[in-house]
Amino acid sequence: MSTETAQAPVKAAEPLLSKRRRKFISDPLVDNNPITIQVLGICSALAVTTQLQPTLVMAISVIFVMVMANLTISLLRNAIPSRVRIIVQLAVIASLVTLVNEVLKAFAFDMYKELSVFVGLIITNCIVMGRLEAFALGNKPYDSILDGFGSALGYAWIILAVAFFRELFGSGSVFGVQIYDAISGLFGEGFSLATNGLMVSPVGAFIILGLIIWVQRTKTGYVEH
Amino acid sequence: MQQSNAYIITFSVILTVVLGLLLSGTSQVLGPIQKKAVELDTKKQILGAVLEASELRKMSAEEILDYYEKRITSKVVDIDGNLIEKDADGNPIVAENVNVAKNYKMAPEKRQFPMFIFHKEGNPDAAEAFIVQVYGAGLWDEIWGFLALDIDLNTIAGVTFGHKGETPGLGARITEAGVQNRFQGKQIYDDAGSFQSVVMQKGEGRDFSDDLHKVDGISGSTITANGVNNMLRNYLQFYSAYFEKLRSQAGSTDLALVN
Repeated sequence: MSTETAQAPVKAAEPLLSKRRRKFISDPLVDNNPITIQVLGICSALAVTTQLQPTLVMAISVIFVMVMANLTISLLRNAIPSRVRIIVQLAVIASLVTLVNEVLKAFAFDMYKELSVFVGLIITNCIVMGRLEAFALGNKPYDSILDGFGSALGYAWIILAVAFFRELFGSGSVFGVQIYDAISGLFGEGFSLATNGLMVSPVGAFIILGLIIWVQRTKTGYVEH
Repeated sequence: MQQSNAYIITFSVILTVVLGLLLSGTSQVLGPIQKKAVELDTKKQILGAVLEASELRKMSAEEILDYYEKRITSKVVDIDGNLIEKDADGNPIVAENVNVAKNYKMAPEKRQFPMFIFHKEGNPDAAEAFIVQVYGAGLWDEIWGFLALDIDLNTIAGVTFGHKGETPGLGARITEAGVQNRFQGKQIYDDAGSFQSVVMQKGEGRDFSDDLHKVDGISGSTITANGVNNMLRNYLQFYSAYFEKLRSQAGSTDLALVN
C-alpha cells in the first residue's frame, strides 16, 4: 500500500500552506479542473444547475463529502486491504452521502425535496472516487484534505458559473431575485426581457459548459491528447 | 503489503459495523426533526392551495403552523361522502397523516380521502374554501397536490402540485406558481351541473381565459400534464359524493352543517 507519490518527501517543518500545498487547491481550479479538463462529474452539472440556490447546496455537499472521504481514506490508508480498497472507498462515500441527505432532510426540507436524487448521485461522482484512488490512498491526512477541498472547489465554481447563466437567462433571476422584472420596472413596460426556455433544459447546461471549456482552453492553451 | 483473508474479513466487518452505527445513530438523532419538517411541508402545501406562494414564503415555520391551526379544520371522508373518524382498530384517523400513496394502491371504495376546510378569518364557523388532496402518476414518478374549491364547490380557488421526479424545466414546472395560478377561477362543473373537471392543454402560450374548463399547458411536458389531468379528474370524482352532501345542505358555509 506504500504507493509514494512523485512529490518530494514532506519536511517536518513544512508551513501549513506551503507552495506545494497551495497547488493542491489552486491546480484543480483551472489547470486541472475536474469538470472542464478531466471532464468528470458532468451529469450533476447538468441536472442541478437550473437555479443557483440548489446548486450552492450541491456544491457544499460535494465539498463536505470529498474532504471527509479523503480524510477518512487517508487516515485508514495503511490499514485498508488493497484487494477490497474500492469497496471500502465506496462504503465511506456512500455513508457520507447518506449523512448529508439526512441532514438536508432535517434542516433544509425544501432543498432535500429538490436535490435528494442528485445528492444521492454524488456516490457515483467520479471526481470523489478518483481523488480517493489517486491521492488519499498514498498521502497524509492534511494533504488529502487540501486535495479534496481543491478538487471540490474546482467542481463547485464551475457548476455555480453554469447555474448563474442558466438561472439568469432561463428564469430571469439570480438566487431567486427577479432581475428581468427589475429591469422592466426600471425602463417601463415597453422594455421587457423574455426568458429563454432552452437554458432551463439540460441543453442549456451543455451550451454554457461548452463555452466555459472553450474560453478556458483558449486562455490556457490546453490541448487534449 | 500482503494481507491475509482473515485480516480482510475482520477489516470489512469492523468497517461495516462502524459505518452502520454512524448512520443509524444519525437517523435516530435526526428522526424527530425530520418528522417535523415533513409535517410542516405538508401543511405548507395545504395552505399553498389558498395562499399566494410569495405570502407563504414570508412566513416563518411557527407562523405557518399557527396560521394552519387557526384557519384549517381537517376531516376524512370515504367515497360515499361519509365522514370516517376511526380506522378498523378504533384508532382515530388524522387527515394530515393519511398516506395517499398507500391509499392509491387500494380500491377507491376502501380509500380515505382527506378534506381540509379553510375558515373565514376570525369566524371559525364559516368556511372560505374546501381543500382536497389529489394524487397520481406523472411521466417518471408520482405527482400529488392540493386543490382548493370556493364555497360554491365549483370554482377553483387555487392549487399546489408536487412531484418526485418530473423533468426539471419541463414537467417539474407544475410546481411553479406561474403554472399553478393558471388554474385559479376555472370551474369543474359546467352550467348544467355535470362534471367536466379541468384539463391542461397540450402546448403553451394560448389564451384560455374564456374557457372555464381548459388550462394553458406546459410546452414539452404533455405526459406530465396528462398525469395532472387524470389525477384531478379521478380525485374530484372520488370527492363528489361528499360535495353533493355539502351542497344539499343549504348554506354549506356553515361548518355546523358540514359535520
